[in-house]
Amino acid sequence: MASVLSFINDKRVRDLFYQVALVLGLVGATVWFVRNASENMVKAGIASGFDFLWRTSGIEVPFVLTGYTQQDNILALFWVGIANTMLVTVIAIALATVLGFIIGIARLSSHWLLSTIAGAYIEFVRNIPLLFFVLFWYFGVIAALPAPRASLSLFGVAFLNNRGLTIPLPDSPAPFRWALAIMLLSWLIQWLVMRWARRRKEETGRDAPVLLLGILFVLIVPALAFTWAGLAVRWDVPVLRGFNYRGGFVVIPEFVALLAALVTYTAGFIAEIVRGGIQAVPHGQSEASAALGLRPGQILRLVVIPQALRVIVPPMTNQYLNVLKNSSFGAAIAYPDIVSLFMGSALNNTGQAIEIIAMTLAVYLVIGLAVSAFMNWYNARIALVTR
Amino acid sequence: MSAATFPLWRQRLFGTPATAALTVVLALGIAWVAVPLIRWALIDATWSGTTRNDCTGSGACWVFIRARFGQFMYGLYPVDERWRADLTGAIFALSGLGLYLSPKATRIRLAILALIILPPLGVWLLAGGFGLRPIETREWGGLMLTLFISVYSSLIAIPLGILLALGRQSQLKVVRLISVLFIEFWRGVPIIAVIFLASLLLPLILPSGTGIDRLARAVIGLGLVIAAYMAEAVRGGLQALPSGQREAATALGLTYWKATGLIVLPQALRISLPAMTNEFIALIKNTTLVLVVSILDLLGIAQASLADPNWVGMNMEAYAFAGAIYWLICYALSRWSKRLERRKLG
Amino acid sequence: MTKMMILGAAAALAVAATSAHAQQLAPSPTLDAIKARGHLECGVHLGLPGFSFANDKGEWTGLDVDYCKALAAAVLGDATKVKFTPTSVQQRWPILQSGQVDLLSRNSTITFSRNATLGLNFQGINFYEGQTFIVRKSTNAKTAADLDGASVCVAAGSTEEKNAADWFRERNLKVTITNFQKNDDAIAAYDAGRCDAYTAGVGALAGQRAKLKVPDEHIILTQPISNDPQGPVTRYGDERWQLIVRWVLNGTIAAEALGVTSANVDEMKANSKNSEVRRLLGVEGGFGAMMGLPDDWMYKAIKQVGNYGESYERSVGMGSPLKLERGQNQLWTKGGLLFTPPFQ
Repeated sequence: MASVLSFINDKRVRDLFYQVALVLGLVGATVWFVRNASENMVKAGIASGFDFLWRTSGIEVPFVLTGYTQQDNILALFWVGIANTMLVTVIAIALATVLGFIIGIARLSSHWLLSTIAGAYIEFVRNIPLLFFVLFWYFGVIAALPAPRASLSLFGVAFLNNRGLTIPLPDSPAPFRWALAIMLLSWLIQWLVMRWARRRKEETGRDAPVLLLGILFVLIVPALAFTWAGLAVRWDVPVLRGFNYRGGFVVIPEFVALLAALVTYTAGFIAEIVRGGIQAVPHGQSEASAALGLRPGQILRLVVIPQALRVIVPPMTNQYLNVLKNSSFGAAIAYPDIVSLFMGSALNNTGQAIEIIAMTLAVYLVIGLAVSAFMNWYNARIALVTR
Repeated sequence: MSAATFPLWRQRLFGTPATAALTVVLALGIAWVAVPLIRWALIDATWSGTTRNDCTGSGACWVFIRARFGQFMYGLYPVDERWRADLTGAIFALSGLGLYLSPKATRIRLAILALIILPPLGVWLLAGGFGLRPIETREWGGLMLTLFISVYSSLIAIPLGILLALGRQSQLKVVRLISVLFIEFWRGVPIIAVIFLASLLLPLILPSGTGIDRLARAVIGLGLVIAAYMAEAVRGGLQALPSGQREAATALGLTYWKATGLIVLPQALRISLPAMTNEFIALIKNTTLVLVVSILDLLGIAQASLADPNWVGMNMEAYAFAGAIYWLICYALSRWSKRLERRKLG
Repeated sequence: MTKMMILGAAAALAVAATSAHAQQLAPSPTLDAIKARGHLECGVHLGLPGFSFANDKGEWTGLDVDYCKALAAAVLGDATKVKFTPTSVQQRWPILQSGQVDLLSRNSTITFSRNATLGLNFQGINFYEGQTFIVRKSTNAKTAADLDGASVCVAAGSTEEKNAADWFRERNLKVTITNFQKNDDAIAAYDAGRCDAYTAGVGALAGQRAKLKVPDEHIILTQPISNDPQGPVTRYGDERWQLIVRWVLNGTIAAEALGVTSANVDEMKANSKNSEVRRLLGVEGGFGAMMGLPDDWMYKAIKQVGNYGESYERSVGMGSPLKLERGQNQLWTKGGLLFTPPFQ
């Protein structure tokens, strides 16, 4: 009897028991849900399985990066949605970071009016639902742009109107792939040069002409490569015919509006993070730098921001993930993202809610994990800079 | 004249030529935005009247808001029963105030009591039954619905979030794993998809014939997501707490749950309260998404009112009014959260 | 006095007939559920003037709404015992499939693939819709073919989305189609100048036109590009419920063909010699009992809601702001397509 009691009272045994019970409970609930679902679906005569992915989609998409046409299958539509979600997310993250840093630093400015405006902006943006921003920008953008016949012409090759920005499209992408490869290669070279220069400076104290090389590798080489690519292809220049410009590629206003909404909204949050991060850097650091003769811009760039980044990066990761998730607000204004295309149009055409929702959620989880992994890597990298 | 004789504000705004130039540019920028806005919203606006034809000015037509005010607040809730919504709001607000003013010693017990009594009372008052005229949730709407969803979702989210945060810190590997998976799953997916999911899948995965109210599904869906965010907020508090607190409690012979409930949580929650308030603000803003499942919260009712052929073209007025209400609520909460944070630091 | 006695006897007979038939009826869980909860749950459009539209007091009107009211009158004897669930394009099928509503009456087009893969049955046609476009008068477009190069706003997941894409592709015309989640979003974007045209059914457009800032600046193209027959939708299974849904619709059409209106239904019931009228109104034949309903099911429906023609006139016809001609939605005897099998 005593041994049984001590067995029950053994912490390890009890822990094991609780955990097994929890797992069994969860598995049981899952099985129950799945059984109900399959029973309900059979009873209702709803088709199931993933066969629908190979059916012809028939859905027109106004903004395609993947070469999809409406005769392709629904799986192709799925990729279009992912590409569009990724595109708006990546650009929004980049722009929101820049704007957020500017506003965050302005918030700390010694200029009273500037810091007040930045503060008002932050308080305004953070306390209004994103959906308002999306709708505001959408109808604002459309209202601000002229009708096709009164388009703003940019050098006679690109045209801006309320149907979007029509830009010329090359007939073959191959030279541009080469140009892109050359650009990345020359950026890599510059990065290696900078590493080498830094090490040499640390070891010998001598400066290298990093700036000049930088201009060469970062700007001139890619510019030459793209100029060559631009001359090597034939351009499909948009022409006004009937209702709108024909030919070329159209950047739709939905994209611009969603991007603007995501950037202006997220910048408010990033600004707060930046402000908090900079304030977390002890004031003595900038005083000491000033005493060493650094100029204010240099203090910010060389001393304060590198230290602030360590505080900033973890919450920033959350904001980046929010941008990804918030890009689903595009569904409200017909931006063809994954939610709008797949959970909207495709779901309606096939009626297979469970499969489609599961695939959509999986997309967000996978992209989210990738963003987290990248930010963790970056965080580890800047943490290593400490000596 | 030395700088010292300048009044401080002049020194700050016009101290150097660069500062002065910046001041002028910014002031022009403000005027450029604010002047048309004020003219539209105040000077050129129409305030009195009953129909669209009364709006003759070039500014905002606030007549529209006046005509629709009841709907913006209560949706289609029957006019002669709206006192019930007011009463519910008043009871919740007064209870909150009472808790805030109550002595610290009894506060926790009172809070638990309130948590047991108030939610069912609120549902009874709003939904009716047992002597009150039943009013279905499809007639609820407007600001009242926004607040209802926010409060009731957080009633799911806060307890669940605390459990998940404890689970994430647990010694038990399986519990930890499940908590982490749960938290990361819900934090990883967009809320718009979750609301859709809750509205479509809940009826499918329950035995056929089990009807769950449309609104309840949205509340459950939002509650699950916010629970994951709340869990992270609470985790911040748990991690900020010196581990000696739990060790001391355990050394005194308290069991896990007693140590958690009496020693760890009260301190950890106080630390995480500002973060939790911020999550609550996010929740209020995210309630706007219920309109994807045709539940008409404040923004939803504003949009629905735009479809009225008698009031065509009132978009700006409807959105400005609804936006101002969201802003006021969220701003007040965020100030409160900031104050808590400052008190915590001070 | 004799009349009363006859009526009483008829009522007694009807009760007897009901109980006699009761054993032979197939089970109908939907009907049982409706009777138990005391009202009909009907899925309708979020807001489409003329078809289903709630005013600011939450009172629903329209052609699709009237059908639900007639069904409630037939099943429960009271046209007010119906509750409406507004559904978006995305939600409508799952809401019906998962049993949250008893039927959809939501200007949804009958198509093969919906019927075959969604577990849905269409129970007849209450509106022959044809898809067309609304454009600004200043564009001078007269037919859909003039829209080459145009941007078109449409509600995502509707048949219109695919119809339009197919129609222009088959003719080698290039249009840009922008898909919105809700009709209202699409029309707001069209009104803001985002698109050259907004596409929907003729009937739907007639109602939605009122939502534009300056309706007179826009014109609805008269030539439709598709046939979109629409009608009430039910789930697979529960054949008896499907029978009721189908024959209440047929009943309202038959009533118009037979000249039975809400005004004269009492008189017709008492005096008509026409046996089809008598069967329709439950004076003879015991038709209601065969479905497990009272025999005066169609009498109640017509008395309280009116026949199809009355409903059409006040919802979308000349008695409404939409002012739609009957056109295809005229009875087959008068040159339209509206047809009902006989009540025999």
